[in-house]
Amino acid sequence: MIHVLATMFGHWRRAPLQLVLLIAGLALATALWSAVQAINAEARASYERAVERLGTGDMAALTSPEGTIALETYVRLRRAGWQLSPVLEGVWGQGEQSVTLLGVDVLSYPGAPAMAAAAETEGNLDVAGLLMTPGVMFANPGTRAKLERDDQEAARIFSLPDLPPDLVLSDISVVEALLNRPGQLSRLLILPDQPRDLPPLSARAPGLVVTATNDGPLGDPGRLTRSFHLNLTAFGFLSFGVGLFIVQGSIMLSIEQRRGTIRTLRCLGVSVSSLMTALLLELILLALVAGAVGLVVGYSLAGLLLPDVSATLRGLYGAPVDGTLSLRLSWVLSGLGMALAGTLLAGLQALISLRRLARHLSQASYAPARLSASQIQILCLSGAGLIGLGAVVLSFGSGLLAGFVGLGGLMLGSAVLVLPVLNLLLQGARRMAGSPELQWLAADSRLQLPGLSLSLMALLLAVATNVGVGTMVSSFRMTFVDWIDQRLVADVFVEVETEAQAQSVLRWATLLRARSLPQFYSDTRLNSAPLRIYGVVDDPLYREHWPLVRKTPDAWERLHGGGAVFVNEQLAQRDGVQVGDRMTVGPGWSAPVAAVYSDYGNPDKQIIASLPALRAQVPSPTLLRIGLVPPEGMSRDDLAQRLEQDLDITRTAIRDKEAIKSLSIAVFDRTFVVTGALNILTLAVAGFAMLTSFLSQWTRRLPQLAPVWAMGISRARLAGLEFLRSLGFAILTFVFALPLGLGLAWVLLNVINLEAFGWRLPMYLFPGAWARLLLLTCLAAGLAALTPVLRLLRLAPAQLLGVFSNDRP
Amino acid sequence: MIAPRAFRVFVLAGLMLLILWSRAQGQGYANLGSDAAGFAVPDRGRQLQFPADHGPHPGFRVEWWYLTANLRTASGEDLGVQWTLFRSALVPEGPAGPGSPGGPGGPEGWKNPHIWMGQAAVTTATSHSYAERLGRGGIGQAGVVTDPFSAWIDDWSLTSADDTLDNLSVTARGTEFSYDLSLQQQGPLILHGENGYSVKSEDGQASFYYSQPAYRVTGTVVLPDGPVEVTGEAWLDREWSSQPLAADQSGWDWFSLRFDSGEKVMGFVLRGERGDFTSGSWITADGATTPLSPAEFIATPVSWSRVAGRDIPTLWQVEIPTRGVSVEVAALNPGAWMGTSFSYWEGPVALSGSHRGTGYLEMTGYGDARSSNPSERK
Repeated sequence: MIHVLATMFGHWRRAPLQLVLLIAGLALATALWSAVQAINAEARASYERAVERLGTGDMAALTSPEGTIALETYVRLRRAGWQLSPVLEGVWGQGEQSVTLLGVDVLSYPGAPAMAAAAETEGNLDVAGLLMTPGVMFANPGTRAKLERDDQEAARIFSLPDLPPDLVLSDISVVEALLNRPGQLSRLLILPDQPRDLPPLSARAPGLVVTATNDGPLGDPGRLTRSFHLNLTAFGFLSFGVGLFIVQGSIMLSIEQRRGTIRTLRCLGVSVSSLMTALLLELILLALVAGAVGLVVGYSLAGLLLPDVSATLRGLYGAPVDGTLSLRLSWVLSGLGMALAGTLLAGLQALISLRRLARHLSQASYAPARLSASQIQILCLSGAGLIGLGAVVLSFGSGLLAGFVGLGGLMLGSAVLVLPVLNLLLQGARRMAGSPELQWLAADSRLQLPGLSLSLMALLLAVATNVGVGTMVSSFRMTFVDWIDQRLVADVFVEVETEAQAQSVLRWATLLRARSLPQFYSDTRLNSAPLRIYGVVDDPLYREHWPLVRKTPDAWERLHGGGAVFVNEQLAQRDGVQVGDRMTVGPGWSAPVAAVYSDYGNPDKQIIASLPALRAQVPSPTLLRIGLVPPEGMSRDDLAQRLEQDLDITRTAIRDKEAIKSLSIAVFDRTFVVTGALNILTLAVAGFAMLTSFLSQWTRRLPQLAPVWAMGISRARLAGLEFLRSLGFAILTFVFALPLGLGLAWVLLNVINLEAFGWRLPMYLFPGAWARLLLLTCLAAGLAALTPVLRLLRLAPAQLLGVFSNDRP
Repeated sequence: MIAPRAFRVFVLAGLMLLILWSRAQGQGYANLGSDAAGFAVPDRGRQLQFPADHGPHPGFRVEWWYLTANLRTASGEDLGVQWTLFRSALVPEGPAGPGSPGGPGGPEGWKNPHIWMGQAAVTTATSHSYAERLGRGGIGQAGVVTDPFSAWIDDWSLTSADDTLDNLSVTARGTEFSYDLSLQQQGPLILHGENGYSVKSEDGQASFYYSQPAYRVTGTVVLPDGPVEVTGEAWLDREWSSQPLAADQSGWDWFSLRFDSGEKVMGFVLRGERGDFTSGSWITADGATTPLSPAEFIATPVSWSRVAGRDIPTLWQVEIPTRGVSVEVAALNPGAWMGTSFSYWEGPVALSGSHRGTGYLEMTGYGDARSSNPSERK
């Protein structure tokens, strides 16, 4: 057995490049997959840490439709035996400085140990200090820094890194005083251990409802971010799948090249099963080596990407994720397992062909056969079936998973169909081709199809993904840029600190005949989630610019005259609110919804009301930002300068529209860095797959090329045709992949995005990007064809003649 | 990160130390020391007044209503029941005494500076179940009022129809057990020490301490197997103080013993570096009480059991030579460990030797393996 193995392995000594390609392909696939896994695992671990230490996970809670629960109700339930932990939640502070205050009873709150530990290490705190007013508060270091302007407050705030941004945790006695809400509670967490034989909740607190998963700010961030991670996983899996095509190609090539060795070994009496075992061992060894390399690369890759991912997660969901990576055994094992399973799957065809080869010693070389009619039928049927399944899931399923399953069906089905379609096209091409040379090329290409099938599928998937994701990101970016342009209705924004300062800015603007757009708002909570209500003045600028995605014809009139409100897409999606519906905005305030507006990049719900309507509910709404439009003949810069001089406002408080815009776009671009990186890597993997396929076809090609050469077509011409064919395949695949990619983009924009972020995006087409991608695809195909073409050019005529040596005259 | 239990230790450290010892450090009186830190201190000359003294004393730092019962089922199986309510004040409220406005002292609502802790247990020869409740004062979740008498935390309660402690109902419920018992007093209230002024160390730390040691009990205890009817006897302790232990004292062993002859004895050993401090009361069948002088009550561990990872003396020899008492005190269930926020051992005991009878044993300060080492104890 050892000799068999040594002989089999000898092949790789003779073909080191091939070995490197194989290991690199497998390592790359493992690297991408495991990088994504490492990122996901890191994020999940962060969430779990946070939930375990502070959060209430998916602990059920009692809430009231009215929004608040009386302290007496809590006590009544406790006295009935129910083990509950009360929470009071509210918004504290003004504008940019405002934070969510979470008041808990530290005697019963599940996250209290972390609070105590922080108080102990930082403040050497005694019990009275933790429980009693003035009490202490806990916030993550960033939020703490924000709140520390006031020295007196600073001494009371301790760092707790696991808390999400803009959340301050404290004892309920402290919070009710700060919020001035004595005797009120927001929800009652139902603790896990309850005594036996409790009276039903409905009897003791008929007004309260049990929420299966409480949606508080310390709810499980894993739930919020599930879509994001599913997205990453899908990407990782796709890259892995594409990578396996490389492995498949390489292994097939190696079997093809070891034909002679195998025959010799069989003649020496080595059994078929020994040969198979040897190949299996070889595959396992390769998988382990390449898997290990892949893990190292994947780990570095994850380390590079993680800061961006954690920035994205913080930005989009406020989920706390550490920017540092830690090595987990489970990750190493699953990465190696994936590599092993993938290699064995990819090597399956090689094992089968080895068995055939070893059994039929007499057969010199089995000639490549083109697809049979029945094969085509099977492929067509299964492809159509998969596409149909995907379509059904997409049309009738709901949720993110259905979106991904549907996409999977669509893409896999299309990949399966690529062979029959190309076959048909080549058949047509052969008929239409004028010159015999081209006819031969078409016929020969058809013959090559089965061998190239997997790498073409890989290319199709990679191109489609690239088109789809690229279209999604670009559409999003374009919408976003457009949107932010519209959204920033004024030219200059000034941040004010006090009501008096705000009034003086407004007076100054009137005198200057500049238009002012004061941004009044009030922060509250709706169904336990943060809600900001803006009160807008009636200015035509809003009517002209504000981006509405769905509206009644007279939306603005109804807003300013009819007491209607506009809601952001996130609110409409999460609460199922439609234009025309009537919704509860707050206690004693319900209003018809006249329009839905897009509000990208904001994780929270938002409502726009007319300023008088807001004032009717909230007598003194917050005003911290005023938009200004310079009068005719004055530039933005002049206005800003005057503002600085006349009102003694610091330069940092005055923001130019363009500055805000470029900052927002920078944040957006950062968010999609990871997607872009994965996109390019997938295409690189597909190019690689083509290269290995071409190489593996090479040996088998000689018997086909030799007769053509013998008929007088030069090697250079043959090489040119070969190159052309490679490009042809790439272009055909691209043409086929384009509509698939656009379909993918549509699903991403309309299904996945909606589920993941709560907004639907218009789809834009980017022909320029397709052209670039086509060039890239051709480049990949050209590069992949380069090695075989060069070989062909350098091929000695004797070798071509050698093909005929066994032919009898 | 610290575990929730350890957290509660943190929260309550220094508050419940009188009986629930700060085990982790093995240090004496933790941050309490002998300093009452602005809280009221027991006044030797004060006469206890009832029913007012059945209620809370918010000016004092710690206080409890402590009931233990030795019961027997209809089929003759022994079991013990514990019901305890502790109050502890986070900050002093000034020299407010019993009957101060607002019930258990301080403002209403979450700002109230009192924390309440309930502990309940049912112990049979083969099982020991316990539960704990924590609650804030001032919101109505827990408290004690006197007219009529009622002490409660969540749905656990110890109540009377009037302002006396003569006839009480007691209920508690955990995940594995519940009980509902009726208590009828069979004798007068007992004042320990000097008219209820009970000295706890040679340095003079003291508490107010009285008991009702003679209740007859009937009722139902629900065990995992189902409800059982029980009868038996119960003992209620009332105690409050602000600076009860000396700095070197690390825990205590407390006995309430009921002899078949009708006599009863309360005795405790406060273990200290400078030597043990013992005290107790001898109670005749008709309720006449005599304090035991410091050396009169002798309790010696006979054998130790490994319980919850530490060694605990679960068989004792108790001797009161002046009264002709020499009994072996054996735990009904050596595993009666209260793994609550402050863990300690508490369970029913059986007496044999010069007298027969039943009682309750409570042992604190064995929480840490270091301090529970028998050789170190000596």
